Amino acid sequence: MKTKAKKWFGRYWIYFVVVGFWIVCEVLMQQNALSPVIRNQLIPICCWVTMAVSLNLVVGISGELSLGHAGFMSLGAFTGLIAAGWLQHAAQMESPLARLVLAMLAGGLIAGIFGFLIGIPVLRLRGDYLAIVTLAFGEIINSLIINLYVNLDQGTLYFKFLKGRGLPGIPLLAGAQGPDNITKIALIPAGFVLVILTLIVANNLVRSRTGRAIMATRDNRIAAESVGINVTKYKMTAFVTAAVLAGMAGAMYGLFMSTATKPTLFRYTKSIDILVFVVMGGLGSLSGSVISAALLTILPEQLRFLKDYRMLIYAVVLILMMLVSNNPLIRGWMKGIREKFFRRNKQTPAAEARPDDGKGGGRS
Amino acid sequence: MKKVLALALAVCLALTVCSAFAEEVTLKIAHIGPLTGGAALYGVATSRGAQIAVEEINAAGGKFRIELIDEDDQHVPEISKNAYQEAKNQGAQMIVGTTTSDPCIAVGEDAFVDRVFMLTPSASSVKVTAGKDNVYQMCFTDPAQGETAANYIADKALGTKIAVITNVSDPYSTGIRDAFLDTAEARGLEIVSETEFNEGDADFTVQVNDAKNAGADLVFLPIYYGPASMIIQTAKNIGFEPAFFGVDGMDGILAIPEFDVSLAEGVMLLCPFAASSPDERTQKFVSAYQAKFNDTPIQFAADSYDCVYALVAAADAAGITDGMSAAECCDKLIAAMQQLEFTGLTGTSTWDASGAVTKLPKVYKIENGAYVEQ
Repeated sequence: MKTKAKKWFGRYWIYFVVVGFWIVCEVLMQQNALSPVIRNQLIPICCWVTMAVSLNLVVGISGELSLGHAGFMSLGAFTGLIAAGWLQHAAQMESPLARLVLAMLAGGLIAGIFGFLIGIPVLRLRGDYLAIVTLAFGEIINSLIINLYVNLDQGTLYFKFLKGRGLPGIPLLAGAQGPDNITKIALIPAGFVLVILTLIVANNLVRSRTGRAIMATRDNRIAAESVGINVTKYKMTAFVTAAVLAGMAGAMYGLFMSTATKPTLFRYTKSIDILVFVVMGGLGSLSGSVISAALLTILPEQLRFLKDYRMLIYAVVLILMMLVSNNPLIRGWMKGIREKFFRRNKQTPAAEARPDDGKGGGRS
Repeated sequence: MKKVLALALAVCLALTVCSAFAEEVTLKIAHIGPLTGGAALYGVATSRGAQIAVEEINAAGGKFRIELIDEDDQHVPEISKNAYQEAKNQGAQMIVGTTTSDPCIAVGEDAFVDRVFMLTPSASSVKVTAGKDNVYQMCFTDPAQGETAANYIADKALGTKIAVITNVSDPYSTGIRDAFLDTAEARGLEIVSETEFNEGDADFTVQVNDAKNAGADLVFLPIYYGPASMIIQTAKNIGFEPAFFGVDGMDGILAIPEFDVSLAEGVMLLCPFAASSPDERTQKFVSAYQAKFNDTPIQFAADSYDCVYALVAAADAAGITDGMSAAECCDKLIAAMQQLEFTGLTGTSTWDASGAVTKLPKVYKIENGAYVEQ
């Protein structure tokens, strides 16, 4: 009985951490005791955590190195902004929560559709080729959005490329000048709900029959194919799920930044930032992604007292953290602690067992 | 008797304490800009310009003593919001910044809610001030530059057939272009060629050929100096010799190492500041800047230098006293800024309630490798 409870806790502790952090933040905000820097970062943290967990589905679970994940966030952000602008001006929707939820659904949907379309050619490639092609798709999305002009006139959306002059009505998106006439929505609880939803979706996918198949294609593509697993289909499942989640995070981020959102924020450097969160937290470890994305978003802000040396020290800290988390001695020690507390049954093929092999999700 | 004496002493003491407070007012001014990252060139310049101004004001020992808080935003809106919160944490009463437009839009929203006054040296998007009464600009807005350029070209009859080459990935460039095209249309200027390029493009043959084939006699370049220099070079290579007209992004073209400066002869540009200007205050600023940082100041530094002086002038006019909260300062400064007429390195400026600046645009022409004011 006792070991069962421990196993259960070992599987779900990250939910307690997220909810606990949420409750602590809410209580501190009620007391006005939360540092304004942290309060201001809560929604971005939730977005980056979602991005890291969803990228982990692709990189860690399905074992394909994607360098275009921020592109899906960008799609979600701008779809969400246009949807929210339409809801605000044309549908006269008052409730920010309703606008945010619908915008996030729209963002997730469009990102998912693009994820599917991009996945068709991309997932037929392997390894480094796949990485380069995803990077290129991220850049294509950036150049498409930077040239897109969207106006709203009496409930109708007008789309145009390259030049916005001459479109009727009010501009919602004006190419490089970014979104306009869209009210900011900052709902901290919605951010935490998104993180919890992402974790539920990701964990359920990983622990399902589909998840086992995805991991089988990662571990040995030929063996997986030989037992009749449709590799492209399962890789596509992980890829599209990740794109949908990224799109939802993007919509939330876009509405938090409102008119300051720019497609250039989501270029390949951002994709690499997210990849750093994933690698730091451990490839294949969803809870690790949550912790590392949150920590690495907060850390540079807490180093502001270092002034000019801030980014230098941040980089050094990053290197040290990578070295330490990969040190076999420390890993063995951590494993010992985990086994002591959770006493994992060796026969249980836990999804989070992968990072322990020291290599993470190998690219087949 | 003793009591009277004690009372008199106490009154004297109280008076001296009061007068001491009245004499010196400490202003906590925060500068926010990209000190690291891709736009660091601009943020470092605004930071240094502000530092020079603060040193001068503190050394002169007037009514105001300034504490400068300097925060880095990496030209990312999300990080800029954090930098703003950090500056507020440290007790900033007013802000010089942020240097770049996107972060300024994001920070402006927060500052509007918190009631913190912002004077940006160089964030030129109209969205920076739109819908916010607490954000003021020291630089022209992008549309204002486009309008000014079109009006100047029409007034001086510099060209009859005009080509425009825009960087579509840059909000600054498209913002100027849109206003330029609107004004050009209204003033009856003929636009014969409109072409675009993307950030990082290195070949401009298509754009320049399009302008040449359309018979343009003036090419308007609402872009930064890097691509502008390549466009001028390309035009030279294909034997196309129109007049070139740039905006303040063109400033810096003479400092490009691999660029043949003689090609820039006759190029005209709108620019608020030229380090080579013989103006006495400018020379004082330039020599102080060179002595401290071993570098020649660019216009961003001058804008930021002016921002600090304008804030102090506004604070003086508004009667800001020691230890006032940021929100109190904000309301007083908003009222004072609209009455202020401020003369600095970048000209004589006034502001209306929208926060946009009004000042005479300066047009320079490059002659013999130097800026000559027109």
